[in-house]
Amino acid sequence: MQALKIAQKEFSSRLFLGTGKFGSSKLMEEAVISSGSELVTVALKRIDLETETDNLLSHLKHPHINLLPNTSGARNAKEAIFAAQLAREALETNWLKLEIHPDPKYLLPDALETLKATEALAKMGFIILPYIHADPVLCKQLEDAGTSAVMPLGSPIGTNKGLKTIDFLEIIIEQSKVPVIIDAGIGSPSHAAKAMEIGADAVLVNTAIAVAGNPVQMAKAFKLAVEAGRLAYEAKLASIQNNAQASSPLTSFLNV
Amino acid sequence: MSNFSNIFNQYNWEDVKTSIYSKNKQDVINALAANKPTLEDFKALISPAAEMYIEQMANKSSALTQKRFGKTIQLFAPMYLSNECNNICTYCGFSLDNKVKRKTLSDAELILEVEAIKQQGFNHILLVTGESNHTVNIDYFLNAINLIKSSFANISIEFQPLEVEEYKKLHEAGVYSVLVYQETYHQEVYKVYHPKGKKSNFSYRLETPDRVGEAQIHKIGLGVLLGLEDWRVDSFFCALHLDYLQKTYWKTKYSISFPRMRPAEGIIEPNVIVNDKNLVQLLSAYRLLNEDVELSISTRESEHFRNNVIPLGVTSMSAGSKTNPGGYSVEPTSLEQFEISDDRTVKQISDLITQSGYQPVYKDWDRQFN
Repeated sequence: MQALKIAQKEFSSRLFLGTGKFGSSKLMEEAVISSGSELVTVALKRIDLETETDNLLSHLKHPHINLLPNTSGARNAKEAIFAAQLAREALETNWLKLEIHPDPKYLLPDALETLKATEALAKMGFIILPYIHADPVLCKQLEDAGTSAVMPLGSPIGTNKGLKTIDFLEIIIEQSKVPVIIDAGIGSPSHAAKAMEIGADAVLVNTAIAVAGNPVQMAKAFKLAVEAGRLAYEAKLASIQNNAQASSPLTSFLNV
Repeated sequence: MSNFSNIFNQYNWEDVKTSIYSKNKQDVINALAANKPTLEDFKALISPAAEMYIEQMANKSSALTQKRFGKTIQLFAPMYLSNECNNICTYCGFSLDNKVKRKTLSDAELILEVEAIKQQGFNHILLVTGESNHTVNIDYFLNAINLIKSSFANISIEFQPLEVEEYKKLHEAGVYSVLVYQETYHQEVYKVYHPKGKKSNFSYRLETPDRVGEAQIHKIGLGVLLGLEDWRVDSFFCALHLDYLQKTYWKTKYSISFPRMRPAEGIIEPNVIVNDKNLVQLLSAYRLLNEDVELSISTRESEHFRNNVIPLGVTSMSAGSKTNPGGYSVEPTSLEQFEISDDRTVKQISDLITQSGYQPVYKDWDRQFN
């Protein structure tokens, strides 16, 4: 399996994890380890550097795990840029998952503000992975703005509905010069495998693992599915045929 | 300008009541199966006909909540700043006609209370007062918030209804959320429970969440005082209010609280008893109607209830609460608003949440965002 490269950094795992929603930090840690993930996203708003009550970070101190702070809670570019700077300072990384959702109901991303923030943050030296709609034009605009990857959604966040946006994801994958990470909506390992089969560079999963009956085992299932899907993509899938190809009635005259 | 009154006035209490009580089994089954439940479905879910479906409702509520919020419960502490009040509310310990010594925290006392609360691990706080506009007003609030804001990640307030401009100032000062309960949406009965004081103005209170929304406060908390009037009808109006607000102030988050009447100094008996089964039905119905609304359960509830309600759809809980100004350190015996029922410590509640397979969350906001 080929290694994934984002902004010059190599990842052997193509599965990224969210760290929210777990029943305990310990369970989160075990699931992250079981998934083999090397990049996990952490909400800046959940990080508490002052007291010991929320001990998220202490459970993520493993050499192979990289932190990807996110700006969840930011409602516009201005708030997101501010949050990004705080995150850089707090977690000592310039990697950033840019999330701007003014709508707290479905947490759908704001394209205009995300593009604006990406332009500004790229100039400030951030490695930006923006959470966006499956909008192929926006993806190209973000590339021009200096993004390091794009993270289009498969379906609304937390819904576990799978790749509802697949036609647009395929266009994005076809056109993209930066890695495409399918974020949001991936509800089962088969969804993740499908995303990898169509050529996604990675997937990010949270809810489907965090609230599974056995999160640690589900993390492993996702690991295997992502690997299977990627291997299948690299092996080049045989094309789907609607009919058996027995003869060539239209062109057989050419052989006479 | 348009506000919730325009919508509210299109409804009639008795018609809504008849409609809820005429819902049948099939209505409940349809509501339980609905992909996007409507307010009509909500009526079915809070109707007497739904009582036999409470287990299915609780199951669905639990699953929806986990999907949206994960297995987490946010913890917060209320901090009473003052029990001075110029209103007469016949159910409240702070009522003007309750001739007991009153207290408003001074700057020095505020800081002592904050220290006591911080020591328990809290990072989210809810500031509460009565309504005494001469002494406990916007200037007092802004001063108090400036004094405490460096100590908390998230500040909520439950003050008297204020003007848009005042909410804007509080927002700028660092207030994240405003709680304002209508108590009851029964306009005539409201007058009886609130005979005197500024609070007796039903419409001004009803339009308060609009003013909070206009001021772009991050979160608005709604609720009815369970025990004043028919909880099913009152809750329908509260859900109607929520639906209107969510469509109008779409960048705002919402929470629902479930204050059930508790004994307090000099108050009346509840008019209506809302039992545990009713409350579970109501909580589940809100979740089925609205996957993203936060649902909060306070220390008004019994240990038994709180031990078991965690996985049913709740997203936040208070713990170790005091309902009197100075209650955490400076004056433990001052007049309290109501008696708390669950007096276990924060550590005990935190352990209870953990034992239920949930994660107690102390910080889910950053004051730098304000």
